[in-house]
Amino acid sequence: MRMVDVNKVSVSLGGKPVLQNVSFHLDAGEIVTIVGPNGSGKSTVLRAIVGAIKPDAGQVVMPGSLRLGYVPQKLHIDQTLPITVARFLSLPKKRSGAKIAEALSQAGVEGLERQQMTSLSGGQFQRVLLARALLEDPQLLILDEATQGLDQVGSAAFYRQVEDVRASLNCAVLMVSHELHVVMSASDRVICLNGHVCCHGSPETVASAPEYRALFGTGTQGALALYRHDHDHSHETH
Amino acid sequence: MFDDFLVRATVAGIGVALGAAPLGCFVVWRRMAYFGDATAHAAVLGVALSLATSIPVFTGVLVVALSMALLITSLNGRGVAMDTLLGVVAHSSLAFGLVAVSFLNGIRVDLMSYLFGDILAVGHVDLIVIWIGALAALALTLWFWSPLLLSTLNPDLARAAGVNPKRQELILTLALALIVAVAIKIVGVLLIAALLVIPAAAARPLSQTPEVMAVLAAIIAVGSVIGGLQASLLIDTQTGPSIVCCAAIAFFLSHAVRPLLAKRF
Repeated sequence: MRMVDVNKVSVSLGGKPVLQNVSFHLDAGEIVTIVGPNGSGKSTVLRAIVGAIKPDAGQVVMPGSLRLGYVPQKLHIDQTLPITVARFLSLPKKRSGAKIAEALSQAGVEGLERQQMTSLSGGQFQRVLLARALLEDPQLLILDEATQGLDQVGSAAFYRQVEDVRASLNCAVLMVSHELHVVMSASDRVICLNGHVCCHGSPETVASAPEYRALFGTGTQGALALYRHDHDHSHETH
Repeated sequence: MFDDFLVRATVAGIGVALGAAPLGCFVVWRRMAYFGDATAHAAVLGVALSLATSIPVFTGVLVVALSMALLITSLNGRGVAMDTLLGVVAHSSLAFGLVAVSFLNGIRVDLMSYLFGDILAVGHVDLIVIWIGALAALALTLWFWSPLLLSTLNPDLARAAGVNPKRQELILTLALALIVAVAIKIVGVLLIAALLVIPAAAARPLSQTPEVMAVLAAIIAVGSVIGGLQASLLIDTQTGPSIVCCAAIAFFLSHAVRPLLAKRF
């Protein structure tokens, strides 16, 4: 089943083109990761899917009934705002204690209900955000640089958790990251983005694609690319 | 019982305190203290305009406070930093208001009563207007409590949950303008922001959830109104500033008590 169809989407922010003619899709149960350097429009794609940004051209097609869980980038909660984990998870919809306990345990942080949000560690905080998304019983889980600020061990553990969640809920997962080596094992497909889709495919093929190497500067420039990609788009914007 | 000026003053003050306290929590959480200040300072311009056009002061202040708040919201993020923008708008509207007042030939304006409030002069009609305005602000805040709270936590999270954060901002702005319009009689233009911010800030160390903070802020605000009125009677001081002094004392007390509470956990 098709979950999301991003169809020739272009977005400009403040007069500056951020996304040009971006197309990709996501099927049920898939884990797809968008990688790209800073400013490549990764988060903008997600915001367009969530509906926070209206594309200038093209469209995002999703089934109207799609339940969506969204895990934002590390968000800042002001010290002046006292809020327990349980209250945070009950916003804006009221959730039962049992549901909250279940979501926290699925996200790997059981028993945090009465903690203050501002007292959580970075890893706990992101898992609480994951729990919040799981409360929607999502068919599609969207994660925006969910491991920013975590160390590599923490990131890897977080993505393993996401894999477990996918296995138990059988939801599709779309995530954004700039660390391909961390998300690699968890992803079914990778989309390399730099304003437009540079290349896409399995993690291994993207990792060896010249476009990817040109963007991230890893590996040898002249290495044989195993990944055969279409040459129907230009790269002069690089 | 409303024939006693002190009873009217107390009831009016309590009305404003109840409306301002939960709203004040949002002002604190969203770091909008100076936004409240700017809206309140614009009220002087509203006073001058309503005296010049002989419309009710409440209406004039409401209109000007609201348009000022909308102006700030729409100018925000257009290359001028928020604090600079607020500094410009707050002080220039205060200055324009004061200048406009001096054009009002023939009308004697007791400017002090607008700058510092005149709670002891609250009449029967004032009382009704104040309670309607304060209850409307309170109703807006409570009705939209959850979506307001979520947009305050994170706009993207709100959008993902189907809440439009821009709309929530507008609701908050409207409630703020309402409170400013009714509070001008109680504490005056210069101290309205204090009535919003200080009770909420005083409630913070004693609160574990946003709801507890709002309720505690309301209790502290009501206590400050009663305390300030009694103090001004006993020691013959300006009433508006006395109310704000009481709230400030509550703020220092609650922050002094915080370390003692922390040991318990």
